[in-house]
Amino acid sequence: MNAAGEASTRGRPVRTLWRTAGAAALLGVVATVPFFANDYYLEVLSEAWFYVLLCLGLNIVVGYAGLLDLGYAAFFAVGAYTAGLVTLRLGQSFWLSLPLAVAAAALAGVIIGGPTLRLRSDYLAIVTLGFGEMVRITVRNLAITGGASGLVGISRPELFGYRITSIGDYYYIFLSLALLAVVASHRLEQSRIGRAWKYVRSDEDAARAMGINHAAVKLAAYVLGAIFAAIGGCFYAAKMTAISPETFSFNQSLLILLGVVLGGRGKIPGVILGAMAVVILPELFRDIGSMRMLVFAISLLLIMLFRPAGIWPERWR
Amino acid sequence: MPVYEALLQQLANGLILGSFYALVALGYSMVYGVIKLLNFAHGDLYMVGAFSGFGVLSLVSGWLGAGWGGIVPAIFFSMLAVGVLGVVIDRVAYRPLREAPKLSVLITALAVSMLLENAALAFTGGQYTAFTTTLGFSGVDIGLVHVTYTQMVLVGSSVVLMVVLELFVSRTKYGKAMRAVAIDEDACRLMGIDVNRTIALTFFIGSALAAASGVLAGVYYGSINFFMGFLIGLKAFTAAVIGGIGNIPGAMLGGLLLGLLEAFGTQIPGVGSEWKDVFVFAILILFLVFRPTGLLGRPEVERM
Repeated sequence: MNAAGEASTRGRPVRTLWRTAGAAALLGVVATVPFFANDYYLEVLSEAWFYVLLCLGLNIVVGYAGLLDLGYAAFFAVGAYTAGLVTLRLGQSFWLSLPLAVAAAALAGVIIGGPTLRLRSDYLAIVTLGFGEMVRITVRNLAITGGASGLVGISRPELFGYRITSIGDYYYIFLSLALLAVVASHRLEQSRIGRAWKYVRSDEDAARAMGINHAAVKLAAYVLGAIFAAIGGCFYAAKMTAISPETFSFNQSLLILLGVVLGGRGKIPGVILGAMAVVILPELFRDIGSMRMLVFAISLLLIMLFRPAGIWPERWR
Repeated sequence: MPVYEALLQQLANGLILGSFYALVALGYSMVYGVIKLLNFAHGDLYMVGAFSGFGVLSLVSGWLGAGWGGIVPAIFFSMLAVGVLGVVIDRVAYRPLREAPKLSVLITALAVSMLLENAALAFTGGQYTAFTTTLGFSGVDIGLVHVTYTQMVLVGSSVVLMVVLELFVSRTKYGKAMRAVAIDEDACRLMGIDVNRTIALTFFIGSALAAASGVLAGVYYGSINFFMGFLIGLKAFTAAVIGGIGNIPGAMLGGLLLGLLEAFGTQIPGVGSEWKDVFVFAILILFLVFRPTGLLGRPEVERM
């Protein structure tokens, strides 16, 4: 055995140890944030965790399967409006909205993705863009969804008699959702379907020749991504207690996509970094205010031209 | 209003709307046909065209007036400026990624679109800009329907632009080069065709047509804003898909059909104007499900 081989086998456990220690320390810090941070920080950080969840969901579609989804906010809307309708119009418990939202998002994913994913993959981009607009216009026009002003007074969820109301509680909810999303993404990526996604992404024809049903595999990515957003949407509605159609505009879909692409699509730490950047950077640079999207547009263009795989890119093995 | 006059009114509305869609769809379809790129920025070029036309008109209206005397140079210079902008976008953003995976190119196109839209937002402060002209409302009455000369000139000039384009692509050497690059870039290079220049030419023409459409829309609606390109980009894509993407007569047909469908669709009871965009996207999805090649397109296999 050569020297390099020995060094690498000796080096690996040490590096894993460092990584585990680092991750544990980081987790310790983020878990204790509510004990020392004020409400403003909690609000921003909750939103950051929420975006981590959304970006990881979109990462399944964009990062793993290599498809462009420009209407991702629609699934987020499906979740939020399901929670709103279930608690306000049906008077049921918030928790019932979770399975309903997942079912509704999966159904919408199949209806939109089913026909288009068989065609050229770039059609999906524009159809999802149209779908995102359709959902937004529909909830704005229907009386049951509260029209342009949206739904107000969505009841807070209760857990074993405890009403979840404080921002600290929601911080932990979104942190747990983000962690769950990390674990789920990691498991999916390592699974048979995760490998199939990457295979289809790198060479669709070769993947098909190996017996992978490309349309089914892409549809699975699209639907799974939708489910992440729908679950996030339910909790978003519970946290805000009020939702309106304009929250789910095209810009929302763009922001989520930015998080995925800036950080490094297909790589979980990259996506987390990107999601954090999308939420926290505008807070740090308050003065740019309305120019936020312009700055994001320029950075997106520069990233695509000079570092197309993102700031913290996926490593190819 | 009696039924047939209502129909006539909607026919006029649909044709005007349709000719705007057709002009934008042409550029979309041409660029797609030649380099297989969904140029998301195309709708925004329409918006930039409207603003530069407005700028030229404000400059020349003092001495040429704000009637057709001022509008014609406004259209011409706006087409020129936006055509050059299209070429610059291709050179800076798309050409470096010619061999890159499709997803990267799509995201880059999206970034260009965001950039144009938000730059316009920053310049205009998000306000609607009044596009004032002195064209007036004189025209001919057909029954109870009043069709203005402006409306006729709008439809007429779109038709002229489309015919000129079709002749250019089918009859000239450059048009032949464009069609050849669409089929096989490498073979074109071997045959001595300057592929990059041909692509640049495609961008120039497509962008100029979008700009013409933008100025005409500004003249017709009387107001322009930074966001006007977003929806029309989507609808022009729909028009291109209806006609068969990559197909020039198809894009014209699709644009006109979509304009008419939208005008008549909003007359169906229960489909008010607030649902018209949903209606258009529903048509898009139905077409993709049942006739993805469009009305005039040929089936095609995805080139990876």
